[in-house]
Amino acid sequence: MTPDPSVESDRATGAHSSGRDRLKSYTVGFGFAVLLTAASFLAAASPFVWTPGVPVLLAVLAIAQMGVHLVFFLHVSSAPDSTNTVLALAFGIFVVGLVVFGSIIIMANLDHNIMPMEKLMQMQR
Amino acid sequence: MIDTIDGPPSEERFYLVPLSERGPAPSRVVASYGFWLFLLSDIIIFSAFFAAYAVLSTHTDGGPGGTQLFKPAHVLIETSCLLVSSFTCGVMMISIDRRSARSTYCWALLTALLGAAFLWVELTEFRDMVLLGAGPSRSAFLSAFFALVGTHGLHVTLGIAWLIAMMAQVATLGFMPMVMNRLLCFSLFWHALDIVWIGVFTIVYLGVHR
Repeated sequence: MTPDPSVESDRATGAHSSGRDRLKSYTVGFGFAVLLTAASFLAAASPFVWTPGVPVLLAVLAIAQMGVHLVFFLHVSSAPDSTNTVLALAFGIFVVGLVVFGSIIIMANLDHNIMPMEKLMQMQR
Repeated sequence: MIDTIDGPPSEERFYLVPLSERGPAPSRVVASYGFWLFLLSDIIIFSAFFAAYAVLSTHTDGGPGGTQLFKPAHVLIETSCLLVSSFTCGVMMISIDRRSARSTYCWALLTALLGAAFLWVELTEFRDMVLLGAGPSRSAFLSAFFALVGTHGLHVTLGIAWLIAMMAQVATLGFMPMVMNRLLCFSLFWHALDIVWIGVFTIVYLGVHR
C-alpha cells in the first residue's frame, strides 16, 4: 500500500513535531497574542480611534486573538487528526452565537415592547 | 492493532497507513477529542453568562457602573498573568513529551503561580468592590458581572488544583500513557480558559470605556 505523501506535511501546527519546532510555534503564538492584547487595550483607551468604531475594532481584535490561541496553543488545524475537532468547534461556535445573539435580540425586543412603569401603574388604578 | 501511545516510532508508522485502514484512533486523539467536547459545552455555559451580562450591563439601578468600578491597570495585570501562564503551560507540555520530570515541575510551578497571581488580583478587585457597597446583590449589572467573572475565576481555581494533582501523579506514577493523556487534557483546559478571558476583558472591561 503506497502511503499518501501529503499526510506527513498535513499535521497540526506544532502538534507532533520536534520540541524545538513546537517551542517556536508557542513563541510565535505568544508574540501574536501579546500584540493583539496590547492593541485591544490601546484601542479602548486611545483618543485617536473614531469612538463609534471602537466596539467593532475590539471585536475584530478579540476574534483574531481567539483564532491565534486556537491555532498556536490548542493546535486546531486542517490536519486529518483535527477534522472532528474542527466540526465540533464549528457546532460550538454556532450554539454560542445562537445563545448570545438570540438573547440580545429577544431582550432588546421585550425592552422595546414593554410598557413603561408609570403607565403600568396608571392602568392598575 | 496499532498502539501509538509508546512514542514516536510507532506513531510515524501510524501516519503511513491510509486513513481507512488505521483502525481505532490513538487514545491520545480520542481522549483529547472527548475533552474538547466538554470544553465546548463549558464555553456554551460561559456564553449564557456573556449573554446575561450583555443584556444587563446597563441596568445599574442607580448604583455604580463599570466606568467607576473597573481599573484598567488591574485588568492588564490579570490578562498578562493568564497569557504568560498559557505560554508556560505550552512549554510544560514540551517538557512532558521529552519525559523530563524536573523541567515539567519548574514550568508547572510557574504556570500555577501565574494562575494564583491572577486569582489574587481578581479577588482583591472583588473585595474592594464589595467594600464599596458594589456587591453582587447591588444591581442586575453587578449580579451578571460577578456571575460571569466569578465563574471564570472558579475555573482557574479548579485548574490550579488539577495541575497540582497532575504533578503528584507525575511524581508517583511517572509519565504513564494515562498520565500523559490527563496532562494533555489539562493543557487544553488551561488554554480554553485563556480564550474565555479574551471575551471577558474585551466585553466586560474594555467595552465600558467607549
